[in-house]
Amino acid sequence: MITFEEVSKVFPDGTRAVENLNFELPTGKITVFVGPSGCGKTTSLRMINRMVEPSGGRILIDGKDVTQQDAALLRRSIGYVIQHAGLFPHRTVIENVMTVPSLVGTDKKKSRATAMELLLRVGLTESMADKYPVQLSGGQEQRVGVARALAADPPVMLMDEPFSAVDPIVRSGLQAEFLRLQGELGKTIAFVTHDIDEAIKIGDMVAVFQEGGHLAQYATPQELLENPADSFVADFVGRDRGFRSLSFDSAENLVIDPVESVASGSDVLVLDDAGRPLGWVGPGIASEDRPAPVAGTFTSADSLRVVTDLAITSPVGIAVRVDSSGTADGIIRHQSLVRQLDERRRLRSGANA
Amino acid sequence: MIDYISSNTTVIWRAFSEHVLLALIPVALAIIFSLPLGYLAVRYSKLYYPLVNLSSILYAIPSLALFLLIPAIIGTSVISPLNIIIALTIYSVALMVRVVADGLNSVDPSVTQAATAMGYRRVRRLFGVELPIALPVMLAGLRVATVANVSIVSVGALLGVGGLGALFVRGQQLDYAEPVIVGIVLSVMLAAFCDIVIVLVQRRLTPWTRVGGRA
Repeated sequence: MITFEEVSKVFPDGTRAVENLNFELPTGKITVFVGPSGCGKTTSLRMINRMVEPSGGRILIDGKDVTQQDAALLRRSIGYVIQHAGLFPHRTVIENVMTVPSLVGTDKKKSRATAMELLLRVGLTESMADKYPVQLSGGQEQRVGVARALAADPPVMLMDEPFSAVDPIVRSGLQAEFLRLQGELGKTIAFVTHDIDEAIKIGDMVAVFQEGGHLAQYATPQELLENPADSFVADFVGRDRGFRSLSFDSAENLVIDPVESVASGSDVLVLDDAGRPLGWVGPGIASEDRPAPVAGTFTSADSLRVVTDLAITSPVGIAVRVDSSGTADGIIRHQSLVRQLDERRRLRSGANA
Repeated sequence: MIDYISSNTTVIWRAFSEHVLLALIPVALAIIFSLPLGYLAVRYSKLYYPLVNLSSILYAIPSLALFLLIPAIIGTSVISPLNIIIALTIYSVALMVRVVADGLNSVDPSVTQAATAMGYRRVRRLFGVELPIALPVMLAGLRVATVANVSIVSVGALLGVGGLGALFVRGQQLDYAEPVIVGIVLSVMLAAFCDIVIVLVQRRLTPWTRVGGRA
């Protein structure tokens, strides 16, 4: 657990970067610091490993004040990943990964073996071990950066916009793999980004920073989308937050109508012999010989966002649920879904009141 | 030509070895002095321009003037080889301070920051990260300083100490081309040899500069 207690930072030129920061980063979770540029998020991150010293207050890691510890030793126990990776250009990939183990004097053979394992773990191959950073793509550099931060198996990791410098497709791949890796490792991670979508995708907890280094809100991603603390957070989170917040609930608890109930209307759901949906037929939709495609189905493991999207895009305003074998086992109409979402919202705001 | 060489082997060899010492001792001294000075210029950025400007001024002093100025200042005899060594050390340091400072400044700040964040202390970071990354720039400067020294040493011959330069003076006095040619050839060969050695050292020490670009 990392605790910020009344932490503030004023730079020598008088800039107030961080003001009176109080919050806790839970152990084994990803806490994202997000906010516009100049809001003190990076400064706050860098105070954890003393790259920046606080002007007031304390930062505790598992109850121990960081400023009471030797800075270099403290930093060796905290993984650090930055934008553009900051790899050492004069060292090979494997030597880069072995940086901290060699600083603390781990046996070379052993640290090499660990480093090799880590390379595979972050999705690189053994053949990359002896390349130099200049020979890597941006995404590969970032993976090496993550492997280097993990090499000494630190309980805490600091990540400063680690995926901002790579293109969007590579970024979403890196994010997914990062979450998978975190699922295996369970590190306590502080993660800085200016991208609210990244914050919501990655974070277990999200700290929204405001200009002047104030903490505008500290909450789970879902809470942030559903109940922004003020208009600043609401604006920052974005317009379609209501829709995005639906990604956090599964379709498991939806009340579903039986497939046969479609027959009561004028539209018909055409199924194949195995009961898999083929398409829609109905007046103004499609003729019987050429049914309109279903355009997608959901399972009870999908999120409400998927169901809502299907109901909106379906030619007849009905989303079709299938079981694991692809057989249609239920439907939900647009109107029913809206009613259920409304009930869910009432319930939730009732719980908050 | 062969006759000249075979009958003057001792003289040529002595001139050559003197030339080597006069040119290369200053290079070694310059490495020792310019590393800390260059580091100071980077560490305390206020010192950068004073140090670099002073270096430029020193480098602009004509060599013959410096060879004569040094005995006047430190009281050595005009024909002491020490004058040449000191003068060339001043030139080499003047050149190298700037090169060391620029080499260290060329290290990407995100790399030094990453090093600090990994838990490097200052001294280890300097020797383990900053200096190795600055090596290509520093060695390029070292090549220039070394080759320049090999050529400037000859000027000292006008004062009686100048290694291979003595052969030029003798050839001119006797109106005799052979010593001049031998002097020029040996001087060029020495410069080329030193240059190649530094290039080989650089290839050995900085393999990362020779690998291809992004895969």
